[in-house]
Amino acid sequence: MKPLKMVVACISILAMSAMAMAGTLDDVKAKGYVDVGINGSLFGFGMPDEKGEMKGLDVDTAKAIAAAVFGDASKVKFTALTAVQRLPALQSKEIDVLCRNTTQTLSRETQSGLNFVQPNYYDGQGFLVPKALGIKSAKELDGATVCVLPGTTTEMNAADFFRANGMKWSPVVIENTAELNKAFFAGRCDALTSDMSQLAGNRSVAPNPEDYMLLPEVISKEPLAPVVRHGDDQWFDIVNWTMMALIEAEELGITSQNVDDMLKSENPGIKRFLGVTPGMGQMLGLDNEWAYNIVKQVGNYGEIFERNVGPDTPLGIPRGLNALWTDGGQMYASPIR
Amino acid sequence: MTPSESEPKVPFWLDPGKRAIGFQIITCLMVGLLAWYLVNNTLVNMEKQSIASGFGFLEREAAFEIGESLIEYSASDSYAKALFVGVLNTLKVSFIGIILCLIIGLFIGVARLSTNWLVKKLAMIYIEVMQNIPVLLQLFFWYALFYEMFPSPRQALNPMAGLFLCNRGVALAVPASHPAYFQMFVALIIGLALGFGLKRWVKKRKFTTGRDFPVLWPFLGLSLGLPLLVWVLHGAPMQMDVPELKGFNFQGGIMLSPEFFALLLGLVIYTSAFVAEAVRAGIQAVSRGQTEAAMSIGLKKKHILNLVILPQALRVIIPPLTSQMLNLTKNSSLAIAIGYPDFVSVANTTINQTGQSIEGVAMIMACYLVFSVSTSIFMNWYNKKSKLVER
Repeated sequence: MKPLKMVVACISILAMSAMAMAGTLDDVKAKGYVDVGINGSLFGFGMPDEKGEMKGLDVDTAKAIAAAVFGDASKVKFTALTAVQRLPALQSKEIDVLCRNTTQTLSRETQSGLNFVQPNYYDGQGFLVPKALGIKSAKELDGATVCVLPGTTTEMNAADFFRANGMKWSPVVIENTAELNKAFFAGRCDALTSDMSQLAGNRSVAPNPEDYMLLPEVISKEPLAPVVRHGDDQWFDIVNWTMMALIEAEELGITSQNVDDMLKSENPGIKRFLGVTPGMGQMLGLDNEWAYNIVKQVGNYGEIFERNVGPDTPLGIPRGLNALWTDGGQMYASPIR
Repeated sequence: MTPSESEPKVPFWLDPGKRAIGFQIITCLMVGLLAWYLVNNTLVNMEKQSIASGFGFLEREAAFEIGESLIEYSASDSYAKALFVGVLNTLKVSFIGIILCLIIGLFIGVARLSTNWLVKKLAMIYIEVMQNIPVLLQLFFWYALFYEMFPSPRQALNPMAGLFLCNRGVALAVPASHPAYFQMFVALIIGLALGFGLKRWVKKRKFTTGRDFPVLWPFLGLSLGLPLLVWVLHGAPMQMDVPELKGFNFQGGIMLSPEFFALLLGLVIYTSAFVAEAVRAGIQAVSRGQTEAAMSIGLKKKHILNLVILPQALRVIIPPLTSQMLNLTKNSSLAIAIGYPDFVSVANTTINQTGQSIEGVAMIMACYLVFSVSTSIFMNWYNKKSKLVER
């Protein structure tokens, strides 16, 4: 009997692999929810609140995708992933989309079989130092020991920065963020380097946040964007234009509060956007109310930013690069027409 | 009747011997087929998703820095070299760890059997406590202790000349480089070889003539005296490379990092508790009658332990000892939790940067397989050598 069982198992494996060929949108619709990879422990981006509910900028981006696909922002399943796990999880179809502060790079798009959509946060790498160190610039860090939050671009940018400036340094790389913070606050390192947004979060959990300061240098560009797999253009379009819709809504002045009033607007752009004039949703393979559902249930990009990381939150990050292009920022939605 | 006629001819599919071979072949074929299917399927799927494969990335520039390294390394070196630095770091902590573990384990194991009540109970408490605290917790504990306990480099403790303790590690003065040291190293090797040769000769002579010869002092004299002689011949160079506080940290001398210390300490303390138990079990496995018999023929106490008890105990101790040595090596991969750049840590960064997880994980597996198999082969050789030779 045993060899027979094995043959049956082999055949069923072959059959299953042949079946898993449908597009991501069909898979998602069949499952009834979007599987989203998330950080899980990054305050302001993806972390459970005291009630155990996932909160953050990346979380809201994921909810917007669910709102676009299902008309229901709650149809999301979150999978917390570490920096090492995140790309393989997407490649192996464990998740449908990755919304986890991941920097768009050339090698990831070409070597890892991934596509990045419109960034949901423009970040840059910086340094956090104790004020007691008495330095004013990252150029004074020659010979320093630097705690590095693991993650690919972080380690490389730091190495590039020190090499470019002809300075020596020695890294301490610890995978566990909480342990790394402890080591830094106890004085194991002279500086802590990571994306500015993360450093703001790290500083807020310091024993004495006032004793630490961010150095002015931003040593890298970190466009953090949702990621999908290569080779499924329809799904790429949906995720990409969901991001565009969040920005477009802010440009058009549509918020979760006034979206119902906006349905009566005479502005042709708003009518097209909200599906009063049908067509846009259909082109994506979605309902014509896709954008209405996003804004109604999740809000526009500005609302998401203010709610999770903005000046009124513990992170207190100014809009900066993440302001609309009309306000001198980088957020720019291509025309929805 | 001839024997061949008495047995009816059995068809080959009913012959148990041939049938067994047949099943072996079928099993091999099926396992091979499955392996081929899995590998092929992986490659095809990776191709379809345009994920890069192969080991070409090893030659590309690594572009990341590594905290400590036994060889010269910079961010402009290749991934292959970065990974090699990781391998050396793993070997360094495992090798030193295993040696310390054997010494401490042997000591505690013997203490556990002491007739002194206090010594016995202390050894027991050590073993029970250390075996039952997960090694990862111990690593966190020792690491936190290190950076919480010691001051910053500017207020470094200086208990003796040339030694500084601070939260960046231990800075130690070392003799400044001089051509004499390499020759001293060669002299040490020659001295050790001569010493072991002497030991063999003494053993042989004892078996044939029964006469004893003190081996310890000539052994020490040869292995330490020769390098000393070379040193004196070179005019006894005394120049020291003393660590000095420059900028953020100490320069010069050698610097041992808190990560290395914490990892070494955690691994040694945890594993030596298991080694101690193996040693105790080994000694207790030798029956009391052996000691009594040895005593009755008038052997001295140290001879009883060296010539009667330990040779028999080793047979029991070596197999569990081997597995503890392997455990220590494998547990060293927990280094990633406290920031010691071991092989797994470097390989993880590499995977993270290149996205080539299959190759990366394959290399991690291959590396630990080599470590484990070579330790095992060595220990099996030693086990065979120390086996009781029955006459």
